[in-house]
Amino acid sequence: MDLKLKIWRQSSRDAKGKFVDYEVHDISSDASFLEMMDLLNEELVEKGEEPVAFDHDCREGICGMCSLFINGRPHGPDTAITTCQLHMRKFRDGDTIVIEPWRAKPFPVIKDLIVDRSAFDELIQAGGYISASTGGVPDANAIPVNREKAELAMDAAACIGCGACVAACKNASAMLFVSAKVSQFALLPQGKIEAKDRVQKMVAKMDELGFGNCTNTYACEAECPKEISITNIARMNREFFKAKVS
Amino acid sequence: MSKRYYSSLTKKYIMALMGLFLFTFLAVHLSINLLLLFDPTRVLFNEAAHFMGTNLIVQTFQWVLFAGFAIHIFYGVVLQIQNWMARPTGYKKKAFSEESVFSKFMIYTGIVIFIFLVIHLGNFFVLKMQGDVPEFNNASVSEMEDMGLLVVNLFHNTGYVIFYVVLLLTMGFHLDHAFQSAFQSLGLNHRKYMPFIKGLGRFLAIVLTVGFVSIPVIIYFR
Repeated sequence: MDLKLKIWRQSSRDAKGKFVDYEVHDISSDASFLEMMDLLNEELVEKGEEPVAFDHDCREGICGMCSLFINGRPHGPDTAITTCQLHMRKFRDGDTIVIEPWRAKPFPVIKDLIVDRSAFDELIQAGGYISASTGGVPDANAIPVNREKAELAMDAAACIGCGACVAACKNASAMLFVSAKVSQFALLPQGKIEAKDRVQKMVAKMDELGFGNCTNTYACEAECPKEISITNIARMNREFFKAKVS
Repeated sequence: MSKRYYSSLTKKYIMALMGLFLFTFLAVHLSINLLLLFDPTRVLFNEAAHFMGTNLIVQTFQWVLFAGFAIHIFYGVVLQIQNWMARPTGYKKKAFSEESVFSKFMIYTGIVIFIFLVIHLGNFFVLKMQGDVPEFNNASVSEMEDMGLLVVNLFHNTGYVIFYVVLLLTMGFHLDHAFQSAFQSLGLNHRKYMPFIKGLGRFLAIVLTVGFVSIPVIIYFR
């Protein structure tokens, strides 16, 4: 298939960016979106032009490194996938595809389609951990865990921190990400010990970093590649309230 | 705006609690207004309006209501400004992925409701405060104002009827998202109860909107 691409090009963090039009030809419908980008970059390199910079790593949908806002949706026109799992069969011959970086004040563009997502690292550093000394592996049955809560904690822990929730949210809110981290710990006995402190510190850091507020549009849940539920946001709201009043 | 006096979550709790409080106000307001439809002589409505206008508890509570509106509007604006600031550069192309259609336009429907509120207060409340309401001849007590006549006269004006209907529908869109959103903000989202809360929110939004819209429309065609 032949495609027209409108890609955001920005040479550096402080440079003024703009959309540049490209064309790619004879793309297989079985190719992944990132393979299509690779082919474009090969052509650009052959022509002596600067290739388009974009994030990618495992290309198996598990690392959370790839991003890209494709035709108005984070990770493109499919549900519950990352960009690396998006295939060209989701597009039609002759389509124009608009490719943009994540847009949020705490995610500044570094180059082209790559944004600095270290704001998420700062959020984790603020409280997304448990303070336990590492050592020998404890006995699996030493701490009983309710089966349902274990499942919910695992569902929350499926978050890969890609930032699609922030990109999709009209307010650039990081609530789904923070709530997933708060939930995965708050639901388990090991995480409960620091639960009050954790939720307050992470929310304070989220506000400090300049993420927007949640207006319950649930766009984050709709676009999350790991289908993290907005019930985690409600749980974080409860955890925060409990922490403040007790 | 960088300094946040309350956390984002605290502001959301305040928005949610004030919003639910305003829901109860709308229910009381509608139940009194409907008296005009059930009793064309306006006796019931004027007596209810007289009670609301003279009862000390209601009059005191009126200021709580004004505070409720003011806080809801103030934090709504503050949160929206912060939200706009969180994305200084927008997208060239943005698809619609919000689950709730009206959720995307809450600030705009909110602004419309605020404008409506100002005009609505000008239509009735300000006239009452200035003592420009005619006396009700059929009154059981002396010096009862004919608030009902004010309403009936206003709703014989085609322009006002259209204005009220359009703006009340906008309020309905706001309410449709508001109810379940308030529960989510307060952390009261449970997979067993949330479908019921969402259904109840839509039911209340429809009942309140249809109820309020019916008043100018029925009076106009009566």
